[in-house]
Amino acid sequence: MKRVEAIIKPFKLDEVKAALNAVAIQGMTVSEVRGFGRQKGHKEVYRGAEYVVELVPKIKIEVVVADQAVTRVVETIAKAAKTGKIGDGKIFVLPVEETVRIRTGERGDGAL
Amino acid sequence: MKRIFMAVIILIALVGSASLIFAEEKSKTEVTAPGATEQAKSAPLAPAAPATPAPPKIDTGDTAWMLISAALVLLMTPGLALFYGGMVRSKNVLGTIMHSFIIIAIITVQWVLWGYSLAFGPDVGGIIGNLSWFALNGVGLDPNPDYGATIPHQAFMIYQAMFAIITPALITGAIAERMKFKTFLVFTLLWATLVYDPIAHWVWNVGGWIHNLGALDFAGGTVVHISSGISALAAAILVGKRKGYRVEPMAPHNLPMTITGAAILWFGWFGFNAGSAIAAGRLSTSAFVVTHIASAAAAISWPLVEWIYKGKPTTLGAASGAVAGLVAITPASGFVGAMPALLIGFGAGIFCYIAVVSKNRFAYDDSLDVVGVHGIGGTWGALATGLFASKAINDAGANGLFFGNSALLGIQALAVVVTWIYAFVVTFILLKILDWTMGLRVNEEEEESGLDLSQHSETGYNF
Repeated sequence: MKRVEAIIKPFKLDEVKAALNAVAIQGMTVSEVRGFGRQKGHKEVYRGAEYVVELVPKIKIEVVVADQAVTRVVETIAKAAKTGKIGDGKIFVLPVEETVRIRTGERGDGAL
Repeated sequence: MKRIFMAVIILIALVGSASLIFAEEKSKTEVTAPGATEQAKSAPLAPAAPATPAPPKIDTGDTAWMLISAALVLLMTPGLALFYGGMVRSKNVLGTIMHSFIIIAIITVQWVLWGYSLAFGPDVGGIIGNLSWFALNGVGLDPNPDYGATIPHQAFMIYQAMFAIITPALITGAIAERMKFKTFLVFTLLWATLVYDPIAHWVWNVGGWIHNLGALDFAGGTVVHISSGISALAAAILVGKRKGYRVEPMAPHNLPMTITGAAILWFGWFGFNAGSAIAAGRLSTSAFVVTHIASAAAAISWPLVEWIYKGKPTTLGAASGAVAGLVAITPASGFVGAMPALLIGFGAGIFCYIAVVSKNRFAYDDSLDVVGVHGIGGTWGALATGLFASKAINDAGANGLFFGNSALLGIQALAVVVTWIYAFVVTFILLKILDWTMGLRVNEEEEESGLDLSQHSETGYNF
């Protein structure tokens, strides 16, 4: 099992969700985060005082998938989230040791 | 320390109750005489009573307008709370709002006990009133010929109470996000008694020395805005800069709240300025109209200057401009015409913007720009009155420089300087004493966690 973590631009969320549904990924965890890579922040001005805001709002999507599905999922997210401009985001793949479905007690790939 | 504090509170409560009971037993009638009023009158008098001189008749239109105006000015203080509240960081939103809100409560009590008497009561030497009107003794429902000959005396009193309330509330912008609540309460009571009441007396009491010099202040340019603006400077210097000032970001956390507050202030200001006619009719209409024009003009000029110098016009700039225009027109509102109001407002947006952005050259942290908007705006307004006042608008006033009288400008300048010096010095001394005895600031940890939690055990937002 692997956890696929994707940091994407917020407006791309619906597109990525739809694309994942199309490849039979039904569940995910979504959080609102802030961060930056190479994308510069923006400037705000209040009564002449300038504030450079470096942290840019992003969306983080986490899905845990079976090993065989990882490549497919990564490609799906990358394609749906891409705009070609700086700030598109990154995808990380991490190993997962165990998964449990709380309602039934199932473990392993069957719990995904 | 705590026990002494409690003992003092109980003592005040006992003395207060005693005088209240005492005052109620005395008859509330006052000597009334058919005196001339200084304001333009609207309603005609009923046929006079035969032998004794007729008591001034209460005009229902004037009275209705004054009661509404009092309510309008009251609303300005919660409006100010929102205006300021949106500009601080979210961890301090309740603390900031609480400053204004609690002032409504404590200054109301101070005013009806001794504040009104000191400000408007029988004059002593042109400097201050005596305490014969303590606990509204002698302040009844018959008109006082000097203060609203066509409205109940208490209507005038309660209208003025709202001014006494909002003036110290203005200062709180300068000490936002770092003052100890206890000390703030004591400071407010003492400032009202030692700064506001005397200055109001000098400018608005019929025996006041600045009044008798001929200085014109229709609705409170010196009494309210300059006094609070300059006191705010003293306060900002003595309370010191916020931790992380100019290093950490301290952007406004809720500008929609701020704009809402500005809108409420604009609305209420019609009571502040037009109500200062103390009657409903020609003068109050004139004041209403010029107030609106000045605010609109400033709401154009501030964002315009921003657009030119910073690249974009901002909503905070539009709201701040509107407020600056209202401040500037305040002393002039009963004395100038529509086109001068346009110029006064337009100028206010520019001068106050410059004052606000220049703040960074000096070493003080006037967090919400009280000095720049109220101090400078009020000064501009007071001097502009010396330029544009016209007896054609209000023949109880005077002519300004552009209407053939160069003397007024000098008198206005004198009133301005006296107010600057007195308000600054007394506030400075007051805060120094309070710093030695009670401490002005919260400690570092309290400042870091925010006033809402540290002073009030509350959080503003629990999403």
